[in-house]
Amino acid sequence: MSGVRQAWRNIDAAVIGASAGGVEVLSLLLPRLPAACSASFFVVVHVPRERPSLLSELFAERCAVCVKEAEDKEPVEPGTVYFAPSDYHLLIERGPVAEVGQGGPGPADHSRAARGPTLALASDEPVHFSRPSIDVLFESAADAYGERLLGLILTGANEDGADGLAAVRLARGRTVVQAPRCAAAPILPEAALSRGSVDLLLSLEQLQELFASCPAGR
Amino acid sequence: MSNSAFDIELPLLLEAVYLRYHYDFRGYAAASLKRRLGSAMRQLSCASLSQLQDRLLHEPPLFATLLDFLTVQVSDLFRDPAYFRALREQVVPLLRTYASLKVWVAGCSTGEEVYSMAILLQEEGLLERSLIYATDINATALERAQAGIYDAARIGGFTENHTRSGARSSLSDYYTAAYGKAVFDKSLKANIVFADHSLSTDSAFSEVQLVSCRNVLIYFDRELQDRALGLFRDSLCHKGFLGLGAKETLRFSAHSGAFSSFVANDRIFRKEAP
Repeated sequence: MSGVRQAWRNIDAAVIGASAGGVEVLSLLLPRLPAACSASFFVVVHVPRERPSLLSELFAERCAVCVKEAEDKEPVEPGTVYFAPSDYHLLIERGPVAEVGQGGPGPADHSRAARGPTLALASDEPVHFSRPSIDVLFESAADAYGERLLGLILTGANEDGADGLAAVRLARGRTVVQAPRCAAAPILPEAALSRGSVDLLLSLEQLQELFASCPAGR
Repeated sequence: MSNSAFDIELPLLLEAVYLRYHYDFRGYAAASLKRRLGSAMRQLSCASLSQLQDRLLHEPPLFATLLDFLTVQVSDLFRDPAYFRALREQVVPLLRTYASLKVWVAGCSTGEEVYSMAILLQEEGLLERSLIYATDINATALERAQAGIYDAARIGGFTENHTRSGARSSLSDYYTAAYGKAVFDKSLKANIVFADHSLSTDSAFSEVQLVSCRNVLIYFDRELQDRALGLFRDSLCHKGFLGLGAKETLRFSAHSGAFSSFVANDRIFRKEAP
């Protein structure tokens, strides 16, 4: 198990998933991020579907980094926290995939390749009764970032997120879980741990240290 | 990052589907497409996309099944009531000025958006002089849209949405409940034309005053989004209206200059003079 301080080595982005008790724990963590930190953050917190999500506004006021609600097709910026809007899945689009039947690489293909990851929204069926779903975010981010992704599972009262963290592990990304004994709802962190080993199992205090130690620009 | 086998197989499969069945998914956003193809592989017991491609090329009936995975069919009547309320309160007064009205519900799937629109126009006294084009690429979904039959269990949610949209009548005026199903009224369908149309490959077909295309463009990549928005611009009359999904934006589109925001919060836009 590597230490908290090494956790950000070679990491470009972090995905964070939480449900019951998530807003409270995030309000202890996100404000710790240094203003100039270089990673991008994608967050799914389960909130009641009918209510417009005010999470990004709530956190924007408290955080040094830029916090906003994810928009479809938006290019990913460093040092920014993106919240999934309520009632939509948030996915990370890797950028260009190999194309066939386009006459081979040309200038047009180069401009496509120059694009980094972008955000995508989807209104597919809920997963584990959840939309946004943590699994959907984590699986697409694992595909987009591979080993340069950190996946963090926090408190939660259902299993949405456990398979997602396993996908991060499979893509050789770094996996972090809030210790169930200090989570408001231990079901999600326990489910995540039951799917396989994780790199870091952290107390709330250690999580705060993790967020505070996120390094500045490359 | 190197491409996995799946990433290599994906564009090959889409190309095969296009050549064999003339459905063009090559401009669909990859992340959610991958997810849905993953479900299709599991459901159809294919170990790889190549295996799925092989079966698709040689077992034509399988394509209809795949189409259900690839086209998303998730909506409710009056989903996002605020959108319909904004149409009712801010767009309908301007639509009244037209002697006859054409509305295009693009990507209508199983019809929830279409019946919402028809009921709204009926309540506002406009349905009689309106023609609604309801288009989709999935023939099975279109048939279900045309049938207008939904599980009675969904009616509670539909009714609540309808009320919140500023309803002027009771939703129960528009359907008959029987055997756990709610069948929407034939009179609503008299002014609806259901048609097969692809935003990827087909062109504009009529001049309309309102296009409603919600939660469809999020499944397209930027190039295909631009194509679709170009079709909407070409179809809309001078100062016509475009309604998008609650989280859809024109901000990253090549056509952002062709439309101005009309009701910003509810994603209703208006065509600008060229």
